[in-house]
Amino acid sequence: MKNNDTSRREFLTAALMAGIAGGCSSNNTFRPGEDQIIPSGEMVKLLSVDGEIIEVDKAFLKPIPELPPITNSEERIGIEGKKFVMVIDLSRCKNVGACKSECNHAHHLNPGQNWIKIHAMQEAEHTAPYWEPATCMHCDEPPCVKVCPVDATFKRMDGIVLIDSDRCIGCRFCMAACPYSTRVFNWQEPVAEKEIATQHYSCETSVPQKIGTVSKCDFCPDMARKGELPHCVSACPNGVFFFGDMNEDSVTNGAETFRFSDLIKDKAGYRLMEDLGTKPRVYYLPPVNRNFPFETGLKTDTIEKNNAK
Amino acid sequence: MENSTSITSEIITNDLLPQKFGKLGMIWTGVLIAFCLVGAFAYYLQLKNCLSVTAMRDYVSWGIYISNFVFFVAISLVGSLITAVFRLANVKWSTPLTRIAEIIAVSAILFASLIIIVDMGRPERLFNLFLYGRLKSPIMWDVIVIGTYLFLSLLLLYFPLLPDLKILMGSRKGSTKKYNKLYHFLGSFWKGGRLQNMLNKRAVNVLCVTIIPVAFCIHTVTSWLFATTYRPGWDSTNFGAYFISGAFLVGAGGVLIAMYIFRKAYNLEKYITEKHFDKMGRIVVLLALLYLYFNVNEYLVPAFKMKKSEDAHLTQLFAGDYAPIFWFAILAGMIIPILILIFKKGRKPLPALIAGILVVVGAWFKRYLIVTPTLLHPFLPMTDVPENYKHYFPSWQEWAIAMGSLAGALLIITFFARVFPIIPIQETINEQHETTAK
Ligand code: SF4
Ligand code: SF4
Repeated sequence: MKNNDTSRREFLTAALMAGIAGGCSSNNTFRPGEDQIIPSGEMVKLLSVDGEIIEVDKAFLKPIPELPPITNSEERIGIEGKKFVMVIDLSRCKNVGACKSECNHAHHLNPGQNWIKIHAMQEAEHTAPYWEPATCMHCDEPPCVKVCPVDATFKRMDGIVLIDSDRCIGCRFCMAACPYSTRVFNWQEPVAEKEIATQHYSCETSVPQKIGTVSKCDFCPDMARKGELPHCVSACPNGVFFFGDMNEDSVTNGAETFRFSDLIKDKAGYRLMEDLGTKPRVYYLPPVNRNFPFETGLKTDTIEKNNAK
Repeated sequence: MENSTSITSEIITNDLLPQKFGKLGMIWTGVLIAFCLVGAFAYYLQLKNCLSVTAMRDYVSWGIYISNFVFFVAISLVGSLITAVFRLANVKWSTPLTRIAEIIAVSAILFASLIIIVDMGRPERLFNLFLYGRLKSPIMWDVIVIGTYLFLSLLLLYFPLLPDLKILMGSRKGSTKKYNKLYHFLGSFWKGGRLQNMLNKRAVNVLCVTIIPVAFCIHTVTSWLFATTYRPGWDSTNFGAYFISGAFLVGAGGVLIAMYIFRKAYNLEKYITEKHFDKMGRIVVLLALLYLYFNVNEYLVPAFKMKKSEDAHLTQLFAGDYAPIFWFAILAGMIIPILILIFKKGRKPLPALIAGILVVVGAWFKRYLIVTPTLLHPFLPMTDVPENYKHYFPSWQEWAIAMGSLAGALLIITFFARVFPIIPIQETINEQHETTAK
């Protein structure tokens, strides 16, 4: 990207987009020094923090690298107008485990902790085995939230269930209540680099992990705010995970986008343990017409990697 | 009338005043303190390294702390049974047992609260329960009812103690002299006039009526900590009644043991007679039968259906790793005590003591079985966790803390009996009056 006018305009638009709706993935190859800013003469109208309309030269607009941190009460409300949903296509999974390692890395999980678990499933003796990655189901009737005595685990308007590790008292009632066994406890002081460990805890990033509290898959709402996909979704080489918004009725795995309702209808999607009435927000597509035989996932190196301490 | 009974009153007072520890008492207390210290040290280690010193992990996220908690809550129910139920039903023979039962209740419920704090990952955040408490959570219900029960039990211990405090203050015996300040602090306002006596009697009656529903609540709510989840073995509508019947049983067993020990230690043969063992023995049989009935319901009905989710759990209990403990709990905790106590000879003090011990030990293991095996059978397979997450055997720290808490509860009872008369003096005198007056 060289310094010609068109590319700059494109970039500015993209930078603004990042602030407004998300969806920006361009890198900052363009880094003007303070003295290099030449007013372009093109003015844009903006709303100032105190509610006045102001005009600024377009050239002075700078992309914001990280959105400003949001408060705990905003984190508890959620992203307005969204109803997040995930679809996991079992016909594509061969237990690669990229989702898991990316998730562990992004959330600085300790050895032995996995928010995503890839179960080797077989319903009955003569039925077909298959791989079933399981995240937190972000239940609409979450048993974990019902039992938490201090509202440390809570359900948001956008459907996500999060944990406030600054409030959790470590009673582990939620772990007993969750039928999907998705919750992970910090039995000891989590190991983390200093910059991570000293950060202020955010419910949306679930970082840093706190000793004596519980944690689990958070659907990466911090990524959603940036207009990006959860780490597992973008990490999976086979496009197993689809993420999206029910209000928009669309889900994507980064490469393919589907209308959510059509996908579920066409492929006969279902949810885990429907009979318990937890109403999960994670849907599964049955393991039919599979891309890989089950056995490919049994390769010892994968298994070892997945069971690594 | 005053004259005719004054001698007996004096003898009674003399017999029942607290006594100094003998040599055995000293050893007993020393052993208990040693257990407590080891437990405290283990808890110090746990505070330092958090719950990693326990054997609990993500699947078995509750262990013997919780089963110990359930055990304490269970045994504390006995206070309300003997004191309140018998008082209201005007059962006279239980008078010498009321205070024993009540102090067991108070110390057990106290340690129930402590052990639940020990189980917390972040005990220093306990106040969050009050800052952010959510009434929808069964834990909050438990906090509320246990708090209430502790308060009522303390009062129910204290009010009947008031007349005795006066006697204690008046006594010249060396063994109680050094506690005179404490007696004054607790009961100097008590003059024993007609009005005071009447008020006290009324207050005790009101307490008896209120404590019974609260006692039912503490154990029902405790059972709901499990029954409100989906897990096989816990997901039962029977749980409240099942827990309460078990609680009454273990409490009555505990009283049998305490009766025997106090009787021996303080030479109370005149007050805790064979008749008492006989009556308590009958009650234990009744309660054990009741508990057995609930156990049959709890295990046989699901076993008849053998739903997939229950199958692994039940098989493990009946014939798997937990079978020895399971059958021990059933046999020692219920069937053998019934077989002992059903015969008149079995209701003599010594066999009754043995039955009581069996009931209590069996009950402790029963609580262990209620908590742990269920957690080893989650709905989804145990995947992507280190190997040691898939089993549970308590670490030495857990044992030390659990045993330390049991020792602590016994220590409270021991000290209480050292400072206060373990059999109500005034009430015994009054009853003596009534019988001689007849
Ligand atoms: S899957 Fe478990 S942790 Fe996640 S929302 Fe449902 S009950 Fe809660
Ligand atoms: S462990 Fe934490 S999040 Fe879970 S129920 Fe207890 S306080 Fe709530």
